[in-house]
Amino acid sequence: MNPWLQHLPVLPVLIPLLAAALMLLTRDGQRRLRVTLGAVALGLMALSALMLVRATQGIGAPHWPDNIGVYLLGNWPAPFGIVLVADRLSALMLGLTAVLGLCAWIYATARWDRAGSHFHPLFLLIMMGLNGAFLAGDLFNLFVFFEILLTASYGLMLHGSGKRRVGAALHYIAVNLIASFLLLVAIALIYGLTGTLNLADLSVRALALHGADRQLFDSAAAILGVAFLIKAAAWPLNFWLPNTYSEAGAPVAALFAIMTKVGIYALLRIGSLLLPAGAPAAFGGAWMFPAGIATLAFGTLGMLASTQARRIAAYAIITSSGTLFAALGMPGATLTGPALYYLLSSVLALGALFLLLELTERSQSFGSDVLAITQEAFESEDTDTADLSGQAVGVPLPATMAFLGLSFFACSLLIIGLPPLSGFVAKFSLLSAALRTAEYGAPTANVWLLVAAMLISGVAGLIALGRCGVRLFWVPEDLHVPSLRLNEAIPILVLLSASILLTARAGSVMAYLEDTAWYLDQPGRYVEAVLGQDPHVFPAPAAGHRGPQ
Amino acid sequence: MEWILALAIGVLASSGVWLLLRPRTFQFIMGLALLGYAVNLFIFAMGRLRVDAPPVIDPAWADPASYADPLPQALVLTAIVIGFATMALFLVVLLASRGLSDTDHVDGEEHRR
Repeated sequence: MNPWLQHLPVLPVLIPLLAAALMLLTRDGQRRLRVTLGAVALGLMALSALMLVRATQGIGAPHWPDNIGVYLLGNWPAPFGIVLVADRLSALMLGLTAVLGLCAWIYATARWDRAGSHFHPLFLLIMMGLNGAFLAGDLFNLFVFFEILLTASYGLMLHGSGKRRVGAALHYIAVNLIASFLLLVAIALIYGLTGTLNLADLSVRALALHGADRQLFDSAAAILGVAFLIKAAAWPLNFWLPNTYSEAGAPVAALFAIMTKVGIYALLRIGSLLLPAGAPAAFGGAWMFPAGIATLAFGTLGMLASTQARRIAAYAIITSSGTLFAALGMPGATLTGPALYYLLSSVLALGALFLLLELTERSQSFGSDVLAITQEAFESEDTDTADLSGQAVGVPLPATMAFLGLSFFACSLLIIGLPPLSGFVAKFSLLSAALRTAEYGAPTANVWLLVAAMLISGVAGLIALGRCGVRLFWVPEDLHVPSLRLNEAIPILVLLSASILLTARAGSVMAYLEDTAWYLDQPGRYVEAVLGQDPHVFPAPAAGHRGPQ
Repeated sequence: MEWILALAIGVLASSGVWLLLRPRTFQFIMGLALLGYAVNLFIFAMGRLRVDAPPVIDPAWADPASYADPLPQALVLTAIVIGFATMALFLVVLLASRGLSDTDHVDGEEHRR
């Protein structure tokens, strides 16, 4: 085995960090150099993510016991040193981050990276933070990587400036700083009680807590859960999201589609590891399920009430979070596999939608999408618009508009969950898995509540996105056809074809995800892999070799 | 000593929260600073309070009971650095918002009463 391959789990963190550091040595004017550096770094990062996805499946180069890769930083054994852990769930999220990040970055090179300074280093740092959060094997590093990705996201959120954007960013930063304090309080409490921060070790030591200590531990876990729920946009902790996401620049908003999923990942991971100790409060179904249904209802209402296309997309993110919470809050692990499939499908679709909306808005005059949707409400029909259908018939549709229209249609299908794309497969498998849980003794009322909430949110999405699409594309006035660059069209195409690939290969993807869910239900394997990893033994230096005395 | 530290954390945290709920960005950032101090002290306290115990191990003196827990001290250092950086960043955003909107209200506009 190639000895360098043992360093594979640290590469998704190291590559963007090094590239960002190198970029800071270049001037903002040396754009071509930065773009080249960014392309190389993101390409290598995507490659390492792909290798991790393969390795955690047991195919491909580094072979790990139980297919869980444990990387001891500084070669210290697990509970004492810092560990990075790459299991199936981490690798899956890394792969998703790489695909979405690469697409958003390519899109940004068309125009967006010149709207302000230091776009490329910030973008790479957010990738580093995301990758690190998915790989971190202990609570404190999870916090540190969260901070890295949040700080980079503040910079990206402010990219391009402007009054409304700065106002939205102010709220976003304020909420996240407070959430970080909650996270710190919870981490400190957990350390004070158990004497460990390593997630695997915590899973073991939480079992030994009794009485008052156990109650304190439960409250610490609840505070931790609240911090993650803020990041994952659960109602009523998500009022910061619609403004932030609709004011952020398109590639940034597309990348933000995965940011809420980091919170969900953390809840899923810690919830899984605390299972043997009886997952407390926020990590168990008792809280997650009602929070999910409330979030779903809030997102649905928001989608219907929004007057701007971007706000509809922002509320669609909340709906997707709500669906995930509700599904993961159901008892047992039956829904975890389909929920992960839904996560993949919705992140790809929402990323594509945010990119697409910026392009379609270019064809509109300023503020016309607001007018278009509110027009009906205020009954302000354009009286001077004559019937132009005679002129419109037989005029060939510009290829750009055809592309935008078809892509919007595909995104809508994915988000609503209509056949034939992966959104349908995701919702269908979620619903059928939910109905199956009723056989294992899940409360029937909960099952039907979930089914009803998901179906209603689908119908509401159909209404909102349908209305939005009609007003965006079926306008009689001759549209200003936007000029579309190749590097703006390709990312959307890639994201949508990834969803199509998900649909075509639904069987094997689902098998992989079911496998992931099974491992999450068996936290013992993760714990064993982390705590059982021995430090690398270096061969003793030969006699006469100049070694440290 | 526990009482003094607990009181200090409580006073800092409660004044911090009160300031966070005020409508001016300057009050908000002061609240954030106070809350940050409270959280940092709290992390420090989670390593148990010890007087005259060094956190760095001396090989000549190997009894672990005679040392303070070094980990919370390392954590609190990291938390201070991160808190300081985010605070500076928030200050910049605050000033940008003030410059763009001509008001120091957190919503970027004055609310008419």
